[in-house]
Amino acid sequence: MEQSKKSTQDNLLEVKNLKISFKTDEGIVTAVDGIDFSVRQGQTLGIVGESGSGKSVSTWSIMRLLPKNSIIDENSSIQFQRKSGKTVEITKLKTKSKELREIRGGEVALIFQEPMSSFSPVYTIGNQIMEAVLQHRDVTDQEAEEIAVDMLDRVGISNPRQRFKQYPFELSGGMRQRAMIAVALSMNPSLLIADEPTTSLDVTIQAQILELMNELQKDLGMSIIFITHNLGVIAQVADEIEVMYLGKILERGTTKEIINQPKHPYTKALIKAIPRLDHLGERLTAIQGDIPSPLSRPVGCPFYTRCDDVISGVCDVKMPEPTHLSDTHTVYCFLHEEKDV
Amino acid sequence: MVKFLIKRTLGMVVTMFFVSIMIFVIMELPPGDYAERWAFRKFSGTGAQITEADLDNIRANFGLDRPAPERYLTWIKDIVLHGDFGQAFAFQTSVNNVIGQKIWLTLAILFSTLIITYTISIPVGMYAAVRQNSVEDHALTIFSYLGFALPNFLLALVLLYIMTTYFGTSVGGLFSPEYADEPWSKGKVLDLLSHLIIPAIILAWSATAFQLQTVRATMLDELNTLSVTAARARGVAEWKLLIKYPARLAINPVISTMGFDANRIFSELPIVALVLGLPELGGLLLKSYLDLDMYVAGAILLILTFMIVFMNFLSDILLAFLDPRVKLIEG
Repeated sequence: MEQSKKSTQDNLLEVKNLKISFKTDEGIVTAVDGIDFSVRQGQTLGIVGESGSGKSVSTWSIMRLLPKNSIIDENSSIQFQRKSGKTVEITKLKTKSKELREIRGGEVALIFQEPMSSFSPVYTIGNQIMEAVLQHRDVTDQEAEEIAVDMLDRVGISNPRQRFKQYPFELSGGMRQRAMIAVALSMNPSLLIADEPTTSLDVTIQAQILELMNELQKDLGMSIIFITHNLGVIAQVADEIEVMYLGKILERGTTKEIINQPKHPYTKALIKAIPRLDHLGERLTAIQGDIPSPLSRPVGCPFYTRCDDVISGVCDVKMPEPTHLSDTHTVYCFLHEEKDV
Repeated sequence: MVKFLIKRTLGMVVTMFFVSIMIFVIMELPPGDYAERWAFRKFSGTGAQITEADLDNIRANFGLDRPAPERYLTWIKDIVLHGDFGQAFAFQTSVNNVIGQKIWLTLAILFSTLIITYTISIPVGMYAAVRQNSVEDHALTIFSYLGFALPNFLLALVLLYIMTTYFGTSVGGLFSPEYADEPWSKGKVLDLLSHLIIPAIILAWSATAFQLQTVRATMLDELNTLSVTAARARGVAEWKLLIKYPARLAINPVISTMGFDANRIFSELPIVALVLGLPELGGLLLKSYLDLDMYVAGAILLILTFMIVFMNFLSDILLAFLDPRVKLIEG
C-alpha cells in the first residue's frame, strides 16, 4: 500500500495479507482471502460490501473475537499500536492472555448492528457500562458510576441517572445504540470498530447517530473502522473507503475518489444502487445475480460472475494485480491494468 | 416486587382453594363410604342383619351423615385453623398421627432429590455446553440417556443388591436394625440420612439427566448470543463472563420447571419406596383409597398438591428475582 509506506508511524492499525477460514461440516470455507488495510490515527476507514463479503469477520479478528472453528492464516499480520506506543502482533496473542483483554475494550472497542441483542437483558444499562469501566480503569464503584452517567449524558441520553438504572428493553432502539456507544467509549479506546451501527435504525435516528460519532471522534481523537453495506452512509463519515467483495478488496481510495471516480465495476454498481432524491421515478439499478457462496469461490476475480464488463478468458483465470491510480487510489481490475503498465 | 409477591401469594391461595374442592370431590367419588366398609368388616360372617337404619347410625357416629358441603367446610376449617386433617377411621386415630412421620420422610426425600438434581445438573450442564462435542460432553450425554432409560425400580433393585452385597450396609427401610428401636441420637440421624440418600439418588438420576440436557441446551444458545461477544469485546475475563451472562440465563428453565420436578418425584417415589421398603405417603394413599378411608386420602392429596403448588410459587418468585423481564410482563 502506497500510503502506508509513507506514513507507517501514523498507522494505528496495519493489517497485512489477512486470511481467515472456517472449519465447517462442508469443509474449510475461506471468508477473508489475503486483504490489506490500515487505519491512521484519528481517521475513519470505511469498509463497504454486501453481506457475506467478510467485512465483519476481518474486523472481528482484530479483537480475536472469531469463533473457535476459525483459522487465521499464519502468514497474516495484524499490527496494532498500543497506547503505550508499543506495537503488538495481534495474531500472535493467546485468546486468554491478559494483554489481549487489555486491548479488548480498553484500546479497541466494538459496537454492533443490533443494539438490543448486544446488551444482556438481565442487567441494567448502568451495570454493563460500569463493568467495562471497572475492567479497564483503576476506579472505585462510585467513580465508575460517575463515569458511566457522564458518558450516557455525553452520547445525548436524557435523564442519564435514571437511564443508568433501566434495563435495555426499557429503552428505544436509538437510545440503545447511543448507550452501546457510551459503553464502547467509556473506556477511551484508540480504535472504535463500528459494525453496521446504523443498519437497524430508522433514517432520522441513523443521521443522529452518525453525527454523534463524528462529534465524539473530534472530541476524543480516536480512529474508527466503519463497516456498512451502504455507500451513502459511509460517504458521510469515512476518510478512506475499502470496497470488499467475497473476502477480497476490489478497490480502495479516499472517500472523494471512491464516490466521484469509482473505477471498479462493482463500486460503480454499488453507487448506482443508492436511492437518490434527484432521481425520483427512475428504477434503481440492482447488481444482477447473487453473491456466490464462499464454498464455491470463483477462480480469478471474485466479481466476474456478476460483472457487466467481464473479459472472458482473463477475469475468470486469475485475480488482477493492484493498479495504482494515485497515491491513495488502488483498484484490482483488468479493465484498468494496462493503463498502469 | 412487593406487589408481585402479593399477587403471586393470592394466586397460590386461590389455586389451593380450588384444588381442595377438587380433592374433596375425588374423596366423594368412589361408591359407598367408610360406614359400609366398617359395618362389613365388623359384622360379615356373624350372620347379623344390617339395616339402612343401622348404617345411618354408624354414619352419624363418623359424622358422615351431614351433607357434603357442610362436611367440606368443617374439613377445610379444621385444617386451616387447627392444622387438624380429621379422623383416620381405619387406624382409629387422627390423620395427623397416621401421616405425620411419613410426611417428613416424603418431604426429606423430595428436597434431598431436588438438591442433588440441581447441584449436579446445573454446573455439569454448563460445563458440557462450554466443552461442546468433547469426550466429557459425549460421556455426560450417555449418562443422561441412561437416566432416562433405566426404570427406577430396576435401579432401586440394583443399588439394593450392590449396597448389601458389597458394602454390607442395610438399605431397606428407614433405619438399620441396630437403631430401629433406639431413642434419637446423632448416630440415628446419620443412619436415617444414609437410608434417605439411596432413594434420593435413584430419583435424582432421571431428573438430573433431564435438567442437565436443559441447562446444556440453553447454555449453548446463550453462549452464541451477541451480548456475550459484546462482553468479551469489553475485555471481561472468560470465566467471569460465562458466569455473569450465559450461566445466569441457563438457570431460568430449571427454575421454571421446579414444580414439574416435584410432581415427577411424587409420582415416581411410591415404586422406589415399595422396592426399598420405605414408609412414605404414596403407598398409604393407595391403601386408604382401598379402605375408603377418605380423610387420610384427602390429607395426603392435599399435602402433595400443596407442595407442587408451592414449588411453582417458589419458582415464579425466584424467576422474577433472576430475570427482570418477568416482572415487566406481569406489571
